[in-house]
Amino acid sequence: MNAELPGKGPNAARTALRTAAIMLLFTLVFTAVMAYTYHATRPAIEASREQEQMRLVDEVLPPGSYDNALLEDYVVVGSRPPPGVDKGARIWRARRAGEPVALVIEALAPDGYAGRIALLVALGADGRVSGVRVTAHRETPGLGDYIDPRKDRDKHSPWIAQFAGRSDEPASWLPTKDGGTLAYRSGATISARAVGQAVGRAAGWARAQGRQLYDAPAGSRLP
Amino acid sequence: MTRQEFRELAHNGLWKQNPGLAQLLGLCPLLAISTNMVNAVSLGLATILVMALSNLAVACLRNFIPYEIRIPVFILIIAALVTVVDLAFNAYFHSLYLVLGIFIPLIVTNCIVLARVEAYAAKNPALTSTVDAIMMGTGLLGVLAVLGGLRELAASGTLLAGIEMVLPGASGLQVFGDDYPGFLLAALPPGAFFTLGCLIAAYNAINQRRAARRLQAPAPSADGQQAGASAPLTS
Repeated sequence: MNAELPGKGPNAARTALRTAAIMLLFTLVFTAVMAYTYHATRPAIEASREQEQMRLVDEVLPPGSYDNALLEDYVVVGSRPPPGVDKGARIWRARRAGEPVALVIEALAPDGYAGRIALLVALGADGRVSGVRVTAHRETPGLGDYIDPRKDRDKHSPWIAQFAGRSDEPASWLPTKDGGTLAYRSGATISARAVGQAVGRAAGWARAQGRQLYDAPAGSRLP
Repeated sequence: MTRQEFRELAHNGLWKQNPGLAQLLGLCPLLAISTNMVNAVSLGLATILVMALSNLAVACLRNFIPYEIRIPVFILIIAALVTVVDLAFNAYFHSLYLVLGIFIPLIVTNCIVLARVEAYAAKNPALTSTVDAIMMGTGLLGVLAVLGGLRELAASGTLLAGIEMVLPGASGLQVFGDDYPGFLLAALPPGAFFTLGCLIAAYNAINQRRAARRLQAPAPSADGQQAGASAPLTS
């Protein structure tokens, strides 16, 4: 009885080692395949990501209004984020001949009907909103998703366009139902309220910061 | 591969063992992505690609994979191939990737891929395994397309909306006109279950009718047309 056990020990170990070696071989081969693909596709992926970012920025800020390399000229929001902006969010600075033109802010509405709504807010140096776009949301399809102009049924004057050109106090950027000045679609007030408040908070904060946001060195992190 | 084998694989994948209607495998992406037809068909095509690649890879490597560790190796192969497809989509079909991006990694969890690898590719040569994967994938694609089309039609009265993101220049169809109020439930997850339930009911009804007709066919009362119609099924 005892004679069998010592015989089984090395055998089991050998099987385990052999199986592990085969497993390791497969892992190595397929990791190499993935690593190769990653390196082969990285330039194309980065180019299209930048292009996508630029396309969004172009929707909120006229492309001809600035002459700097916008995507490289940004500051990062620090660990104590202002209301309406998440920490780690980027703020790009548009300049013409070195003079401030506009800020493009990654804003965040934390209180959408279905969670967070990510926004891009362009605020001119004169305090006027240039444009707003929803970049990510999970609002109800067909009901609350009119905040995204691609899903908005009214293609001629999409809901989100009513922010463009506003320079009044952001406190009133609420649905008319709440005593504010924003139009909204019935049945989906929460989406409109969340976006209005977030845009208002981000714009109000950026206006209060004044030139500080333009003067911070590119790539730096705000306090 | 003979013609007979090919026909059998095609019949199994497209109808008899249809992944969406008969095997009920791979429902996770099926229900999540089928809110409209363009998304459904795009993810269906990506799934066919992953299934064909993984069946091909496993069938080629099947003699080197020890039986005891086949499942981890299969999952490793599938996950690696999905990563490759994910990166390739991101790099070369970026506008489509923006629509499907979060769903492509879900293909890893789609059990139909592992099911075909385990049930077919692990025991069969490369060519028939690839055909099996393509047929099973096409069967799933068909269900996805019908499900997506029905849900989109009911929810927003359109068909193929958003196709310009896949094929620039093409445009979707407005079927019910601008004043269609929309049926929100169809676009939400319960709508997916209801619609799929109806599809499975229809599938079962067709199968039962065919079975009943096959029973009748040898009887003397059956006319020639009926016998002719049921002949390919019995082969």
